[in-house]
Amino acid sequence: MKALLSLSVNGETRDVVVAANKTLLEVLREDLALTGTKHGCELGECGTCTVLLDGEPVLSCLALPVECQGRRITTVEGMAEGGRLHPLQQAFAELGAAQCGYCTPGILLTAQALLADNPGPTRDEIRHALAGNLCRCTGYTKILEAVELAALRIGGARTGQAGKEART
Amino acid sequence: MTKRFSVIGKSLPKIDAWAKVTGDTKFADDLVLPRMAFGKLLRSPHPHARIKGIDTTRAAALPGVYAVITGHDLPRVKFGILPVSQDEEALCVDKVRMVGDPVAAVAAVDEETAERATELISVDYEPLRALMSIEDSLAHPEVRIHEYGDAPNVHKAVALQFGDVEAAFAAAHLVREDVFFFEGNTHLPLEQHAAVAQWGPDGKLTLWSSTQTPHYVHRLLGKILDVPSAHIRVVAAPVGGGFGGKLDPFAHEIVACKLSQLTGRPVKITLTREEVFYVHRGRHPVLMWVKTGFRPDGGITGMHFRTWLDGGAYGSYGVASTFYTGALQTVTYKIPAYKFEGARIFTNKPPCGPKRGHGTPQPRFAMECQIDKAAEQLGLDPADMRRRNLAEPFTKTANHLTVTTIGLGECLDRVVEASGWRQKWKALPPGKGIGIACSSYLTGAGTAVYWNDMPHSGVVVRADRSGGVSVLCGATDIGQGSDSVLAYLVAEVLGIAPKDIRVHAADTDLTPVDLGSYSSRVTLMAGNAAIQAAERLRACIFDAVARKVEVEPERLAARDGRVFVTDDEERGMTFAEAVVLGESRHGVLSFPGSYAPPRRAGKYKGGGVGPSPCYSYSACVVEVDVDTDTGEVKPTEVWIAHDIGHALNPLLVEGQIEGSIYMGLGEVLMEEQVFRKGVHKFPSMLEYKSPTTLETPEIHTILVETDDPEGPFGAKEAGQGPLLPIIPAVANAVFAAVGVRVDETPITPDKVLKGLERKRQGKSPRVGPDRLPLVKFPEPRAVESAFGLPAEGIAERPFSS
Repeated sequence: MKALLSLSVNGETRDVVVAANKTLLEVLREDLALTGTKHGCELGECGTCTVLLDGEPVLSCLALPVECQGRRITTVEGMAEGGRLHPLQQAFAELGAAQCGYCTPGILLTAQALLADNPGPTRDEIRHALAGNLCRCTGYTKILEAVELAALRIGGARTGQAGKEART
Repeated sequence: MTKRFSVIGKSLPKIDAWAKVTGDTKFADDLVLPRMAFGKLLRSPHPHARIKGIDTTRAAALPGVYAVITGHDLPRVKFGILPVSQDEEALCVDKVRMVGDPVAAVAAVDEETAERATELISVDYEPLRALMSIEDSLAHPEVRIHEYGDAPNVHKAVALQFGDVEAAFAAAHLVREDVFFFEGNTHLPLEQHAAVAQWGPDGKLTLWSSTQTPHYVHRLLGKILDVPSAHIRVVAAPVGGGFGGKLDPFAHEIVACKLSQLTGRPVKITLTREEVFYVHRGRHPVLMWVKTGFRPDGGITGMHFRTWLDGGAYGSYGVASTFYTGALQTVTYKIPAYKFEGARIFTNKPPCGPKRGHGTPQPRFAMECQIDKAAEQLGLDPADMRRRNLAEPFTKTANHLTVTTIGLGECLDRVVEASGWRQKWKALPPGKGIGIACSSYLTGAGTAVYWNDMPHSGVVVRADRSGGVSVLCGATDIGQGSDSVLAYLVAEVLGIAPKDIRVHAADTDLTPVDLGSYSSRVTLMAGNAAIQAAERLRACIFDAVARKVEVEPERLAARDGRVFVTDDEERGMTFAEAVVLGESRHGVLSFPGSYAPPRRAGKYKGGGVGPSPCYSYSACVVEVDVDTDTGEVKPTEVWIAHDIGHALNPLLVEGQIEGSIYMGLGEVLMEEQVFRKGVHKFPSMLEYKSPTTLETPEIHTILVETDDPEGPFGAKEAGQGPLLPIIPAVANAVFAAVGVRVDETPITPDKVLKGLERKRQGKSPRVGPDRLPLVKFPEPRAVESAFGLPAEGIAERPFSS
């Protein structure tokens, strides 16, 4: 059975006709060609497929698009604005927080949600926020450092200090 | 290192970092081609069974199914990564040897239809006795998993002897015999393997795959599919985590090709997470017995090492893995006499193969734990004992390995200092402990998987008239940053910015061969080839510029995007202008570079495993908290110093080291690839425990530079060696904390509690294996020990810059 759905993805309204049992992960990747969202298990275990739903991290492999109508979906493709990278993306690139890069989109979005709620998290708070996202390459160290750097820069930008630095 | 570098040595972002943080990187499963079909494999539910018949009629009749194949539709030829172990079939014909062995495959309009179709295939199996352990396989020689091998169910048995170990033991002050077990575990890359095949109407085939070895896949596809390799193109997509798990040619790659041929459509196959667990090729479970003679000062008089590897159902890299369990013991400390016996046994489980550190973490665990025990017995500080007995640089080892620079002494001093070892050793409160261990690893295997006289790495550097430079190389970036390293090296030689360089990698049609991303070989081998190619390009450009500005080419330099006269910097031009001059004079500016490692294989059977242009060294200290109520071991802080030769990009080196520590902690504390009744106990990312952010402690990384003559600008490897010492360091720290020796991995709470209970009962507080399997090792081929002989044939720094 197929359904016509209207989804708000990265600020755009996208209409899709999809089987009702398709997951949000599948619809994003296969119907909307947003392949920045990755999959590691498709069972809700690894955090790789994380996207934001109304700003909250959700596992897109367990979410049904039919339940996402009328809500804001953000994928990694929606993080940069007007060709300008999000400070998290900038910090991840600069500090080597993405090695193979496969877990990176999910971690970036989880971190974005964290910083929205808590602009100056401690390292321990970052650890807890990212505990559901597995990364096999980095040993997490550079990821934690990059989130801290991005938080600093966002805080600085707010007070007009580090705005320039955070540009692409 | 006083030389001034523009790019080398700087912590620059990777050249592909921007694509990775925006989701732009196209991994194999992200590829979509018009009219693409989706493939699915049907896999065996039995660990060992004869296939009596396969009926595919119902599957073929399902709407949306394009093709259904079995092994009868493929050429009847077996394959395997090593020429000596050709024992795999893409689709099994006569029998299956493990749960997960593929028996049939479907291509359909979508994945769901393909999966439904596989469920409609009926296979008539006659179950055979499943051999699930080394003991089982040896006890039942009448049940043969394969018809080849050194004995029934013995894939390989080897024995090597260098010098007289019995005399060495007789001369020792203390002789220890210890038994250890290292549990198997798996790579667990976040990306599931995926492949897209397109067999064109012209009979030419292209395969895009998440592989670490496009060249070997290219070679083998020709054989397996019975078409000329000249008509096959293999492109390695960026790999979403490899760690050795994507080094073999895989059934799904071969099947995707065949299905594409039959359907006239591109075909994609992506493995599920459960399939990835069964495809495996991970860490071998290894049982080890080690006998070592020690002098009163802790110096080693001789060592005899035995290993038994549980190989699983196929050969894979297993012969190499077997030799590796005995190869690198000799390169860290002085060991004048050495004997090694090893055997790999077939069992009805997914095949083991090369995981990060390939065959060396297991013996390193055993050896470094035994040294800790000996230090305890001799009343020595285990850090001092190691420090006193380090191998000598630029000498040969007992087993004829040539060692160049050794930064291990400095590594030890630095971690001892940074961790506060002197204040903490034997001084921490009960339940807290500090442990130490050292290790060494190859910087590239000295021999190819197939013996040949060709380069191991090739690079082409091409300048275009805009001043942009393309680097073409067969190496595969698996996240370690090999594309970036090539860009940095070429940028340094040409005096331009990494951003001016585009790297095109891992495409058998476009790029010269690099053997693959394994054995920590890419920075050194592809790096040296890249430097040679860039220097040839630069020489050509300098020649043209020299004529123009009327100086000798030797007086020219390239830096900051300019080519100029060194003692008169105003006289010169931009790099782009210099390229135009060069092309005007010499024609197209495209230059190859090649690299083959020095030929140092020992002149004995098995001498091809272990030689390397140079070896990296690591020393590691870890502090742990052990909860005596729950048995839980919590590493709280790690210090690691690594002899990197020369850090071409410290940021990337640190990333490799931190990732290695993390992965080693997973292996020593929680990860296990284990089976019950032929079935994986937990083929899911939730139940296969691996460390999260919460289990990964603070890691302090120290880089030690030795400027090795063999490496590109002096560099050694960083991707695998640093995984090795953390594992025994944790085991030694657990002993320091609670007095319990856990002689097997993973050190799980139940084992710690068992040790504590034994201690309470006044028994030996040791937990570990106590029985050894009976394997008849061949008579060792006695070879004279080369210990202490001077190294020969060390590279004069191969390239001038």
